[in-house]
Amino acid sequence: MELFLNLCVSGLTKGSVYALIALGYTMVYGIIALINFAHGEIYMIGAFTSLIFSMALGALGLSGWGLLFAVGFFAVAYCAMYGWTVEKIAYRPLRGQSRLAPLISAIGMSIFLQNYVQLVQTPNFLPFPDLIPDLGLKGGVSRYASQTQLAIVAATAVCMVALTLFIKKTRLGMAMRAVSQDPVMARLSGVNIDRVISATFVIGSMLAAVGGLLIGNYAHQTDFFTGFLAGMKAFTAAVLGGIGSIPGAVAGALILGFSESLAAGYISSDYEDVVAFVLLIAILTLRPEGIMGSATAQKV
Amino acid sequence: MTQAPFSVKGQAGPASAAAASGAPGGPAAAVHAETAGPSGLSGPPAAPAAASPGSKAALLRRLAGELRAAVISAAWLTFLALPLVVFRINSAFGKIDYLWGRLPKLAAVTFLATLAWRFLLRRTAFSRVKEAVSEAGGPPPEGARGPAGRSWLSLLDRAPAKKALFLALAAFLLSVPFWTSPYVVLILITALIYITLGLGLNIVVGVAGLLNLGYAAFFGVGAYTFGLLHSGLGLGFWACLPLGALSATVLGLLLGIPVLRLSGDYLAIVTLGFAEIFRLVLVNVDFTNGPRGIRNIPPPSLFGIDLNGAVKPFLAGKGLLHPDMDLNKVLIYFIILAIVALTVLCVYRLENSRLGRAWLALREDEVACQAMGINRTRAKLTAFALGSTWAGLAGVVFASQITFISPASFDFMLSVMVLSIVVLGGMGSIPGVMIGAAVLILLPEYLREFQDYRMLIFGLIMVLMMVFRPQGIIPGTRRVYLYSPSPGAGGGAAPSAGDGEGQGEGPAAPSPAGASSAPAAPAGPAAPS
Repeated sequence: MELFLNLCVSGLTKGSVYALIALGYTMVYGIIALINFAHGEIYMIGAFTSLIFSMALGALGLSGWGLLFAVGFFAVAYCAMYGWTVEKIAYRPLRGQSRLAPLISAIGMSIFLQNYVQLVQTPNFLPFPDLIPDLGLKGGVSRYASQTQLAIVAATAVCMVALTLFIKKTRLGMAMRAVSQDPVMARLSGVNIDRVISATFVIGSMLAAVGGLLIGNYAHQTDFFTGFLAGMKAFTAAVLGGIGSIPGAVAGALILGFSESLAAGYISSDYEDVVAFVLLIAILTLRPEGIMGSATAQKV
Repeated sequence: MTQAPFSVKGQAGPASAAAASGAPGGPAAAVHAETAGPSGLSGPPAAPAAASPGSKAALLRRLAGELRAAVISAAWLTFLALPLVVFRINSAFGKIDYLWGRLPKLAAVTFLATLAWRFLLRRTAFSRVKEAVSEAGGPPPEGARGPAGRSWLSLLDRAPAKKALFLALAAFLLSVPFWTSPYVVLILITALIYITLGLGLNIVVGVAGLLNLGYAAFFGVGAYTFGLLHSGLGLGFWACLPLGALSATVLGLLLGIPVLRLSGDYLAIVTLGFAEIFRLVLVNVDFTNGPRGIRNIPPPSLFGIDLNGAVKPFLAGKGLLHPDMDLNKVLIYFIILAIVALTVLCVYRLENSRLGRAWLALREDEVACQAMGINRTRAKLTAFALGSTWAGLAGVVFASQITFISPASFDFMLSVMVLSIVVLGGMGSIPGVMIGAAVLILLPEYLREFQDYRMLIFGLIMVLMMVFRPQGIIPGTRRVYLYSPSPGAGGGAAPSAGDGEGQGEGPAAPSPAGASSAPAAPAGPAAPS
């Protein structure tokens, strides 16, 4: 029972981080129907910038909550800028071309960013410090969940609420919903599509940065290749929940996190990564629209 | 009206030409791209020279605007790259190394890159506008080729030149092992393996338009079939060559049947996931020997002749062979050369077959293709399975050349490399893929200092090619049905109609200088009918 609970908590933690990344995939797909392969790399850059700024600011004497929030601010800001720039360079010139072109461009961008970080930083694994200050947890809860895990789940929940409010309540959020429903109609009603697409990339990248910061604290290491696997899994989560759907992405991420943890705990941790891919192939074969998506007829 | 004759003519066209004009309001969209594109990364667009475009002052002003925009973009990119490039983590001491010396280099690189980017973007937008205009204006006689299609490459369209080039290439390739070093032969084997892979993937991605990101898995299946059958049953190269191809085909079918209902981007991610599963299984399963891989895979045999013992002294004695040359490698070289020749022949014949045309239709428009009565699933499945077959063949040869295989040889990077070969060369183009493989495999061998930047450059190539030249170095030729309004019998009235029926070379080219004005010669006779 104790093992099961532990596995559930670790599944919830992983699922939360997957959700943070999966939202970027699902939002971009919802708006321009593109699998943004470079999104996993933005997450990796988030982890790297967090690490860099935590060391740089730590050397300046910052610590505790101040350090955590300063690092978070820089990581989020930089990832937002990266996301914006990537869209400008690799996707915007290809708008309106065949579907294969932006997809290949996205893969190229992902490979480029991976190798860029590998070349300018290091090809090795880097240790990641614990940035979350001691919360002073005692008693029942801490037997099953570490404070890092709790912090991750809490931070993810805050991000989700903020995102939901943003999408539901703000003008830009409304424009996003409009563009994802019908880009032509949205343009006709005066929505600046380019700005909406840029905003989508920026928001997705910010969430990925938060994910990168949190997973660094959890896994205590990072390297230039983490983005690939994390990106694949987050994409699986997005597809699982029905790509384009925001609550779907969160649900899919949690399901994926739980099934991975349980598989690692009860079957073999060697096959932990296989679970995601098997789940991906199974869901795409059996129910491509995902658990929360709805099947749409193809327009001719 | 009498029935209008259609003449068939091979014509180079970008795979995306149809898509470009398919966007709402073809030319208008392209013009929009022209005005929106060069505004580049940030900053206001360079002020268009309103007065007289030829005047010196206007030109200078434009140049200054261009430079200013490039400086702004470069500053932005430098700022963006700063923390990652300059603040390098020193994990050994747990601190940051501040490498400010990298900053000027970074600034210079970003500035030059932005300048080149803006220049290319402008040029591409311009040629797209031209294309759209000539497409809207009438039948696309030569204009649709784009500016680069009409360059020196068109010389190769002529049959004698083609033949001579082909014979020279064949003689060169056949004679290579007898006058070069073993090292060159090894590199050439690698290049030829990648050409085979590229041609196989070209069927899937280039011709049928199905993005397969798990191509490495099929390559690995071929290699592992040979490795396992040899270590388990003692089978040799020649028995394993067809078996490797067969097992890759079967795997392609097995994966294809469930997933081919999916559309393009889902298919890409499923094939990617499948390749990862394949690799993880290879690592974790016992009988493949896990990450340690399989060793001592034998070279192919030639009727039991001991090549290095019996034949080599003879050839080397005559001065026909490098003294260190391993004749087994030479044999592999000839085998892979034969496989490439066979592949080229098959792919060429396939492209012009009923099936090949079904694939093209599938690539261009799935719905329309189904409406024409093509069995979509079957067309996709055959493309997928045939593409895998060549990966399997190449895998067997690869295993016997390298003599040691492990799961690490078949990772995602291999799929990426093959994909960039296809993308660089030109999707759907056989000579393009061959040139792409030659460039991407041979160049890094000779430019050793770029070795570290290889994958970086591959990624860059994919982005740049998609943005600036989606049709690749050598665009695939595609059939174009030209409509000429008057039948050949009434030749007297319109001479250009007669040209349209001919093969359209020589005098038929109505706009040799690539005149961008649409209502030029060709549009005249075509408009009224």
